[in-house]
Order: sequence, then C-alpha cells, then structure tokens
Amino acid sequence: MQTNKMSKVFLFGGIFSFLFLYIPLIVLILYSFNNSKINVGWVGFTLKWYKVLFADKEIIHAGVNSLLIAFTSSSISVVLGTLGGVALHRYKIPLLSALVMVPVAAPELLVGVSLLLFFLMINFTLGYASIILAHTAFSISFVAIAVKSRMFGMDDSIIDAARDLGASPFKAFWLILIPTILPGIIAGGLMAFTLSVDDFVITFFTAGVGSTTLPLAIYSMLKMGVTPEVNAASTIIILFTLCLASIATKLSPQIFK
Amino acid sequence: MAILEIKSVTKQFGDNLVVDNISIDIQKGEFFTLLGPSGCGKTTLLRMIAGLVTPDSGQILLDGVDITNLPPEKRPLHTIFQSYALFPHMTVADNIAFPLKMAKWDKSKIDAQVNELLEDVQLSQFKDRYPHEISGGQKQRVAIARSLVDRPKLLLLDEPLSALDARLREHMHMELVKLQEETGVTFVYVTHDQHEALALSSRIAVLNHGTIEQLDKPDIIYSKPKTHFVADFLGKCNLLKAEVLATTGDTVKLRVADSIELSIKDPASSSYHVGQIGWYSLRPEKLKLSSENNFDATNLSVIKSKVNGYYYYGNGTLYELDLGNNTKLQVMAPNHTSDGVKFFVDNSEIYVAFDPEAGNFLDTSSC
Repeated sequence: MQTNKMSKVFLFGGIFSFLFLYIPLIVLILYSFNNSKINVGWVGFTLKWYKVLFADKEIIHAGVNSLLIAFTSSSISVVLGTLGGVALHRYKIPLLSALVMVPVAAPELLVGVSLLLFFLMINFTLGYASIILAHTAFSISFVAIAVKSRMFGMDDSIIDAARDLGASPFKAFWLILIPTILPGIIAGGLMAFTLSVDDFVITFFTAGVGSTTLPLAIYSMLKMGVTPEVNAASTIIILFTLCLASIATKLSPQIFK
Repeated sequence: MAILEIKSVTKQFGDNLVVDNISIDIQKGEFFTLLGPSGCGKTTLLRMIAGLVTPDSGQILLDGVDITNLPPEKRPLHTIFQSYALFPHMTVADNIAFPLKMAKWDKSKIDAQVNELLEDVQLSQFKDRYPHEISGGQKQRVAIARSLVDRPKLLLLDEPLSALDARLREHMHMELVKLQEETGVTFVYVTHDQHEALALSSRIAVLNHGTIEQLDKPDIIYSKPKTHFVADFLGKCNLLKAEVLATTGDTVKLRVADSIELSIKDPASSSYHVGQIGWYSLRPEKLKLSSENNFDATNLSVIKSKVNGYYYYGNGTLYELDLGNNTKLQVMAPNHTSDGVKFFVDNSEIYVAFDPEAGNFLDTSSC
C-alpha cells in the first residue's frame, strides 16, 4: 500500500518534471510552423519559416561556423580528454578528480570572463581560434569524466593480460584499452560536440569582431524581435541536440542514464 | 631439470616487505603451488615471474635464461588472471588468436591453431560469441585456451577458480590436472585454498609474511607440518604443548599436554635439548574413539577423556574433548556405520587412541 502510494508520487512527479522541461520547447517548435509573423495565437500550418531560414545566408554561414568549431574543438578534446580520463583512473589523485569537475560545474559566465581576460592578457586575437580554444577547454572535462566512468567498470587486468600475451605497451593501449573505453570516448565526444554547438555565453565572450556562431546569430536576430525564423532555427538545433544526446546515451548507458 | 629458478628474490612496497629473499627451483612438468593467506606475497611473486612487477633484488631464470629484466611481452610464459581478463570487445576466437597475432603468425596458421584449441576446450560452437555472452566456466576455458595457444614454457595461474561456484570449482580441479598432464606445460598455481593446493599440486610452497614456511609434497606438508603456521593454516590441527624429556639418536621423548609421555622419530632430534618447550601437532582424523579401552594395536597411546561437544559434518563427526588444564583435543570420527550414527554424548567418558608417529614435534622457533 505504502509502496503503491510512493510509486504514484514518483510517476506523477516524473511526468510533471518532463512537462516542465518540454512544454516551452514544444510550444517553440509548434510556432515554427505557424503561418504568422508574430508568435501570438495559432493561425495555420506552414513551412515557409524554414524556407526563409535556409535562404538566410548569414544564418547558414553561422551554422557552418558552429559545426566547424564544434568538430575541431571536440576532436581536440577527445584526444586530450581520453588521456586525462585514463590518467585520472590510473593515478587516483583526489584533488585532480575534483578539479576536472570545476569547468563543468562553474558558472559559464565566470568561465567566459576568465577566458576573455586570459586571451587579452596574452594578446591573443579574438576570433575563431579563441572560440575553439575556449570550447576545447570546457569539453576536455566532459570527455575525461565520460572516459573515467567507463574505466571504472573495466577490469584493469586486461591491460596486464595484453602485455602478458605479447603486446608492447603501445599495442596494449591501442588494441585493448582504446576499444574497451571507446563507448566512453564517443559519448564524451558527442557531449563535447553538442555543448559546443549550443554554447552561447562562453562563445559570446571569446568571439572576436565578425566571427559568429549559430547561437550568436540567433541572439542578434532576437534584438529585432522574435520572428518564427528564430523558432525554426531553434527547432533544428533542438532536434540536432536530441539526436546526438540519444546516440551518446545509447553508447554509454551507465554514464548518462 | 629446473625450468624456473627463483634466486633470492625480494620486493618491498613502501615499508612493506612483501617478498623476503625467496628462492625456489621449479621442475619441468610440475604442478607447483604457492599457498598462503592474503598478503603473504604469493601474488606478488607470481607477478614478478610474469614480469608485471620488477623485483628489488634477486634473479629469475627461465630455462636457464635470465628473464629478471625482460618486459612481460618478451617472456615465453602466460598468466591466467583471477578475473580471466578476457578482452570484452573481441570474440572468443579473437581472444584466443591474440597471442598468435602478437607473435605475427600467418593468418592461415592462426586459424588452424585457434580451431584446434577451441576443440580442445570444447568451445567450437561459441567461437563467435563475446565474453559477456558466455558463462563463467566457459570464460575460464577461453582464458586457458588463450594462454596455451602458443605453447608457453610456463603457465602462471592466479587463483583462477575463485570466481566459480563450489561445484564448478571441483569439476575444474580435475580438468586442470588433466590439462596439465596432457600438455606437459609447467604450472605455477597461486591459491589461498588449502584443499585446492593439496588436491592439485605435485609440490606446495606455503608462504607467510613473504617467506617460505615449508616446501614439500602435499602429503608431507599436511601430515608433517614443519611450523606452527603450516599446521594451523592447512586444515584442522591439534597443537598441544610439548616438553622434550630426552633425545636418543633420531628419537625424541616428549611430555605432551603435561600428561602424556610418548616417543617419536625425528631426524632433527639431536638439535633439541632436554627441557625445551614446543608443540606436538596431531591431525584430528589421526585419533580413534571408543567407550572402552579395547584398542588392539600395542603401539598406540591411549588417553581417558570427556566429551565437551560435537559437530556433525555428514561424512564425519568432530568431537571436542577436554584433556584437563584448559587443553582441548579435537577428534574427527568417520561416520561409517550403516544404521545411522551413534554419537558419544556430552560429558560421557571416552578413550582416545593415536599412533604417536602420526604427529610431530614443532620447536618454538617455528611459531
């Protein structure tokens, strides 16, 4: 009886929290198909905002930039984050594990401002390079954490076994360790990619004049008022994120579930 | 001919002396066991043979060649790990082929050899499965096949059966002995399980605190333990206080538990002195019980005693007797009557008999 009541509480609580998360997004998506220039009241179904969006050279340019930045920064952070994750697992230094969490947990505003100050201090010209470096900086943590969690469930003696069965240290790393932790690496890499595409705050601080990404472009569109074109752009980003997140979840259930 | 020579090997982790100047010669074709409690250094010694740990001092020779400083991949020996350590992203066949690929065998030769090994361990129909799709016993057999596929000179086994349930473990005991006889590969086996060690080994080294307590054949280790630790670690053992009364030739006369006088043969008797205190060790199953003093052999020592309590074990009953002066004596009596068991009840008077030669004297230096 008691457990029945409790499970109902969890069920309704769960439904409520999902509605809370997704109603605004669903409304946003619905209005991207609304045949009206302003976002008040449903008029009728149309795909014309998507046509407008894809004809908008600036938005497309920003979108391509976002993808290139995400691809570059997540590639770099996959390599560095994997090495970091392996090191975290092998040398269990308590402070280091906490330090890796900081870029994930720290307010984005602080990370953005501190990166901006750092770039100015070393006279680094703000532009796409600075955005890529900034994104790499926070993405490494996500990859390292994903790899470390993957290694936590791993049998450490497989590396010893590989050496024992004739593999050099490099072959043991490349043929045994990397394939075993690959789901963690991919999951971390996809997280890094998604976060890079979505990031606004840190990008806002580290972008130079003329360099733009999709979130920055949408933000500047908002200044002219919220048109359904923004909804259409946002819808595409949401669906893209959803795809990557579900692949990441599938690959590494123990990390994200 | 010794295939493996361990010469004065020592290893220290921080302040902890894990392996303390150990020397062992292991013969070709032996099933050699390193037995001891956790932390006795047996696994560290095994890992030093495998090359996964480097000794601080000493030498390890395999087939006369010094391998002390060779990396693990260069040593012609393999290890079976406690967790089996199968590669999770490879099929059974790919796992078994791994050492051959590392040794750069031809593809066709690899396939033939892997198929042969798969047949040997009866896993041919599972060759395309992944490790998480097979049972614990099957994983064990894959690990064995993978370690024997390139015919190593030596196979090291690190508590390989501890993850299996009791029935499967007993079955694997027989399989391992058979496998060792068929392949002729020398086995070095690490375990903390005394039954396993006694049943499988041709010789056993009992380790404690990084040193060898005793190295001998299983039956000698069990019936003639040299030290208090060995007597206590391998099965149940009565350890009774004993005083040396006299030594003549290779015979020593003892007073056991302040009351029983007996003489036993002991090659070390000349090193004892009169009045020396030690222990007399006697396994519980070496004693006979009767309600009357009607034992027929003349060489037996007979004591009158009282039953303190008993434990029914199915194949035998363990009695605890009171010898007075706070001295307890355990007796294991077989339950061989056909019409159920007749127990000697608590507080009943009882006669115990044993052949003095069934036990032996341990001097206190070995405590």
